[in-house]
Amino acid sequence: MANPTNLSYTKEHEWVLVEGDTATVGITKFAADALGEVVFVDLPKVGAATTYLKIFGEVESTKSVSELYSPITGEVVEVNASVKASPELINSDAFGDGWLIKVKFAELPADLLTAAEYDALTREA
Amino acid sequence: MKTTPLQPEHEALGASFTDFGGWQMPVRYANELAEHHAVRTSAGLFDISHMAEIRVSGPQAAEFLDYALVNPSSVIAVTKAKYSLICAENGGVIDDLIVYRLADAEFLVVANAGNREVVAAELQARAANFAGATVVDESDDWALIAIQGPKSAAILQQVCDQPLADAKYYSILSARVDGVDVLLGRTGYTGEDGFEVFAPAAAARQIWQLLLATGGSDLTPCGLACRDTLRLEAGMPLYGHELDLEHNPFEAGFAKVVRLDRDADFVGKAALEKIASEPIARRLISIVGEGKRAARQGYEIFEPGSERAIGVITSGALSPTLGYPVAMGYVDASVSAEVGTKLEVDVRGTRLEFTVSAAPFYKRSK
Repeated sequence: MANPTNLSYTKEHEWVLVEGDTATVGITKFAADALGEVVFVDLPKVGAATTYLKIFGEVESTKSVSELYSPITGEVVEVNASVKASPELINSDAFGDGWLIKVKFAELPADLLTAAEYDALTREA
Repeated sequence: MKTTPLQPEHEALGASFTDFGGWQMPVRYANELAEHHAVRTSAGLFDISHMAEIRVSGPQAAEFLDYALVNPSSVIAVTKAKYSLICAENGGVIDDLIVYRLADAEFLVVANAGNREVVAAELQARAANFAGATVVDESDDWALIAIQGPKSAAILQQVCDQPLADAKYYSILSARVDGVDVLLGRTGYTGEDGFEVFAPAAAARQIWQLLLATGGSDLTPCGLACRDTLRLEAGMPLYGHELDLEHNPFEAGFAKVVRLDRDADFVGKAALEKIASEPIARRLISIVGEGKRAARQGYEIFEPGSERAIGVITSGALSPTLGYPVAMGYVDASVSAEVGTKLEVDVRGTRLEFTVSAAPFYKRSK
């Protein structure tokens, strides 16, 4: 499974794409595959605060519920309306159209994982 | 963990696996929603070889099963099947079963995977006073493959030497598939028409492969994830959820299965007679919600605005066929739970409204 090298990751299976002072956040293909078909996603509203490794929402498949942990501290500036309407985007394009929120941040957490480190983590699982 | 004879097939198909009743079983092959819809609209193929097959034979076989189970097997016609329960002396449910009558003195009892040992041991113990009945756990000898859905009979007919059109629901027949002697039960756990193919374990892979090749794009391999949503929509209980030792058959809505109206004794009869004569303490209800959030096993049920829980969800999911959440759960029998009654479920800290519904949620059109 190819985890894009331009992204950073958490051990809770979120990815983050940093562009300037804005971070796009999603869950990894590995997490999406483990969940099964996502049928519901609960996301914060624009303006909400997110805190590193604190819960910012949840995703449900037919068989399970999984909480979403923020990879970054900041403020939500955009929520993916498409993924709320069509949660299956998380399965079909976890690293692209299945993105969840965009967060404006001041500082990056120091211990985000690289793609290689996340590869290693998921190989153990 | 145990694997079925079809494990190499599942791996070749890229299945994801889950632990179920001590078995490593396919939870999905690709997409459990597509698998669910395939069974409702076309056909799906399931490996259910983890289920237990226990043979009961001998001149006293029928008389023995009448004593061991809550409904009589002696009234089952040869080639027919019946849903049954095996209860403990106190009336708690040890397992739910299907009893197939293969011949006058020959029955096949199918039990849940996780209850194999306890059901086999109970039947053996209960047979102690029946010298003319033999109980043999044949689970390791059998593979069980379910083909379910509106196109299942047409697909199976292409590879089977016996006419299937005349086979009634809840019947069983002997047939040959690919030169292999099998039993075909017209039974299932999906709410659709379909068959369960009992095949020798050694022949499981060739029959699985033949069925998939024959069904082509009309037949989708299906995992346990969709098996669960299919049975939930069809209002069928799952042992460990709606049925267990802590609940009696009357609470679970199975009063009709318990045949107290017979002279002969059976295990649990005295306790069940007493339970039947008293008001029940709780009852299993079916509820439906709006939106997309499922009420899941363990979530508490409330009357609107009340802080005191009146019950708990036993199974629930966003129904793939209906598009809204459906669930079953036990509530205090003192609470009014007529169809249409509004209730609330605590979904991880949020109260969501649900409405008591008739069961089942889904019924196929015939």
